[in-house]
Amino acid sequence: MNQASRSSLECPAPDWFHAPTGNERTWIGLALCWCMVMSLMMPYWHFKGKQNSSGEAYSVKPADFIKRAEKFVLANTGAESLLDDGLSPVVPAPPGEVYLVAKQFFWFPTLKLRAGETYRLHVSSADFQHGFSLQPLNMNFQVVPGYDHVLTIKPQSPGTYPIVCNEFCGIGHQSMVGKIIVE
Amino acid sequence: MSQENTGKRICPTTGLPICLDAQFFIKCNAVLAVVFLLVGGIGALLLALTRWQAVHLLPVDWFYRILTLHGLNMLIFWILFFEIAILYFAATSLLNCKLASTKAAWVSLLMMLIGALMVDVIIVLGKADVMMTSYLPLLAHPTFYFGIILVAVGALVGVLNYFATLYKAKKLKTYQGSVPLVVFGATAAAIIAVVTLLHGAIAIVPTFLHSMGWIAQPDPIWYRMTWWGLGHMSQQVNVCAMVSVWYLLGALTTGAKPLNETVCRGAFLLYIFFINLASAHHLLVDPAISVGWKIWNTSYAMYLAVLASMIHGFTVPASVEVAMRHKGYGRGLFGWLASAPWRNPGFSAFFLSLVIFGFGGGITGVTLGTQQINIIAHNTLRIPGHFHVTVVGGTTLAFMGLAYYVVPLMFQREYVFKKLARLQPYLFGIGITTMAMGMSFAGSMGVARRNWDIEATGSIYGPAAHLFLAAVGIGGVLAFTGLLLFILLTVGTVLCGRSFAGKPMESWGTPRELAREEGHAPLGAPAGFRGGAPAMAMAEAHPTQGTMVLAMIFLLSFAVYYFANWKALADAWPVR
Amino acid sequence: MNEPNKKHMIQRLMDNTWLLLALGILIPFLSYTVWGWIEILLVKTAPLP
Repeated sequence: MNQASRSSLECPAPDWFHAPTGNERTWIGLALCWCMVMSLMMPYWHFKGKQNSSGEAYSVKPADFIKRAEKFVLANTGAESLLDDGLSPVVPAPPGEVYLVAKQFFWFPTLKLRAGETYRLHVSSADFQHGFSLQPLNMNFQVVPGYDHVLTIKPQSPGTYPIVCNEFCGIGHQSMVGKIIVE
Repeated sequence: MSQENTGKRICPTTGLPICLDAQFFIKCNAVLAVVFLLVGGIGALLLALTRWQAVHLLPVDWFYRILTLHGLNMLIFWILFFEIAILYFAATSLLNCKLASTKAAWVSLLMMLIGALMVDVIIVLGKADVMMTSYLPLLAHPTFYFGIILVAVGALVGVLNYFATLYKAKKLKTYQGSVPLVVFGATAAAIIAVVTLLHGAIAIVPTFLHSMGWIAQPDPIWYRMTWWGLGHMSQQVNVCAMVSVWYLLGALTTGAKPLNETVCRGAFLLYIFFINLASAHHLLVDPAISVGWKIWNTSYAMYLAVLASMIHGFTVPASVEVAMRHKGYGRGLFGWLASAPWRNPGFSAFFLSLVIFGFGGGITGVTLGTQQINIIAHNTLRIPGHFHVTVVGGTTLAFMGLAYYVVPLMFQREYVFKKLARLQPYLFGIGITTMAMGMSFAGSMGVARRNWDIEATGSIYGPAAHLFLAAVGIGGVLAFTGLLLFILLTVGTVLCGRSFAGKPMESWGTPRELAREEGHAPLGAPAGFRGGAPAMAMAEAHPTQGTMVLAMIFLLSFAVYYFANWKALADAWPVR
Repeated sequence: MNEPNKKHMIQRLMDNTWLLLALGILIPFLSYTVWGWIEILLVKTAPLP
């Protein structure tokens, strides 16, 4: 092996292909094991973990989604609350399908859910992309017009949970805060 | 001398051939890179002083406007211009070949420049407040998209010029056998750049047509997915370029040699195949995309591309350790590191970049890009916390280190105010790390990214958030000072640095050999750059124990951070 | 090279820039882009209006 030394700036010796040895080999082995551990974690959590983002969604026209949300609000409050006036009626909702609309710059309606119950939360946008960021739990999902994003959630404890929009949606973006009330 | 006939000169410092055409375009691209770095940097300062709520400098519309400007100038313009310069250098000086086409180089340069100017002007005019990502249905003025298309196509022309030069070098047999490792890394960067720019074209061209009113709006999820083919894959170009620069600077500053070419090249190979898959980590909490797609792609194919990064994270410092021990600096586990040329800004920038990128960027990136953990991270400040450590603390800092060699060697002028230059990497590195940590902690509390005022509707996050945002502000000011210092020193050098044409440049300081050994280096070259014992024999004589300890600390930190995040996730509501 | 047969297969792969370019484009394009586009195309419509 009487080769002149080669830096990374020079062409390597013709027989440069060698298997790794020594500490390099040990490190590669350890790193590979760690990669396998990480590779297993995601599928493991998918089956055994309680927090997942399955991406369940259906295509929907924004106008149709709004109609559905308004129908949901009507059915649970007995009051007509139209989306356009910017108000966010409080809707006590039984376990099951609940609806949430994101629109510049508010969330409609304000859902009142019960701890320990399971809800299928349908979120979509009336206009631009928004971000559903539930605080202080820090649970974050993308809200896209044209897509009914279904999140199957189970609130754990009572409280008032702000929904911060965390996808830039225009100049009023920072004011777009709604809430979910859990009893 | 018959320089006009051969079109090249020999660098008196490194002994490398410099193609005069390539030199011209390297200078142009590097200078333009620094110009756009300045634009992005001024934006950075304004943004940091706005997110620091106590200061809250910019009004609401200008915040979002400057945020758009900052993203594009830093993530696309500064970086692409500098990378074209690196590609031209690698293909010509390291393969002893002339640049394939000066026409293509002109086309590339002008398209990129005009495109970037168009984008910056239209943003400042307030007609493109859409963020760098410009997510549909948000719509900017058509000039915004057209400018980006020009930049992308221009960059593609530059990349194709690189491949043409490789082809020419091989055909004319200007080199023997396999290309040098730095060229192989540059090729990996160039391949990924092609993939990136193709995705950019596919995403932005229809969006441009829509902005002109000629076609219906492309689907927003389709846009997100395709755009991130441009958005993240461009960052993978940065990773490859940065790692190549690490090997290059390691060689120039300490005489480090790759211990095993197979390992280093194998890691670049894994990058070429799999690193681009991870653009998927931007879509982990999106509707309409299946778990299978999300998990497979965000894992970089079972983390094989992450393995590649961990390999480089070992081989790069290991090669420095071996080189230093061989020179006689082998006391204890870390004597080699303590005696390393920390006063040499080429070395300090390089090694800081390695540590910041590895410990900060790599660990946070893989963790945040875990399909389920992303639920507690998406669109929070944790994301900018991550990418400022990688692109800025990693790639930009490494490129600064490279500039401390490329600028003097190309312009043949000594750096001005060298004492300040020696401090600059530390100032910048500490600033960026502070800022990024502030962002990460604030984001862990839920503070959103891309948000002008976290108190717009009252207090949501608690008082600690303000503390961390103050760290963002202060760190940002420090980093900007480091950035501005780099720009002023570099521009000052280009304009009035002391000329040393025909002579080697003054060394920034490389470790002299305490132990004599066979072979000799060319006059003025950094010690051990050429000549001396074969790398593998050196490695056997001087094992890499210090690096091994550092690597184990890294792995432990990784595991702790990773599982801590799973634990934090488990505290959230069940969701599916 | 005088003895191309002596080069390891992986070394020959790494020395072949065009093959690397082709694979480097093809693998992410299929795994990330095309698969992703198919996912989006196969989205079902909402069961209720």
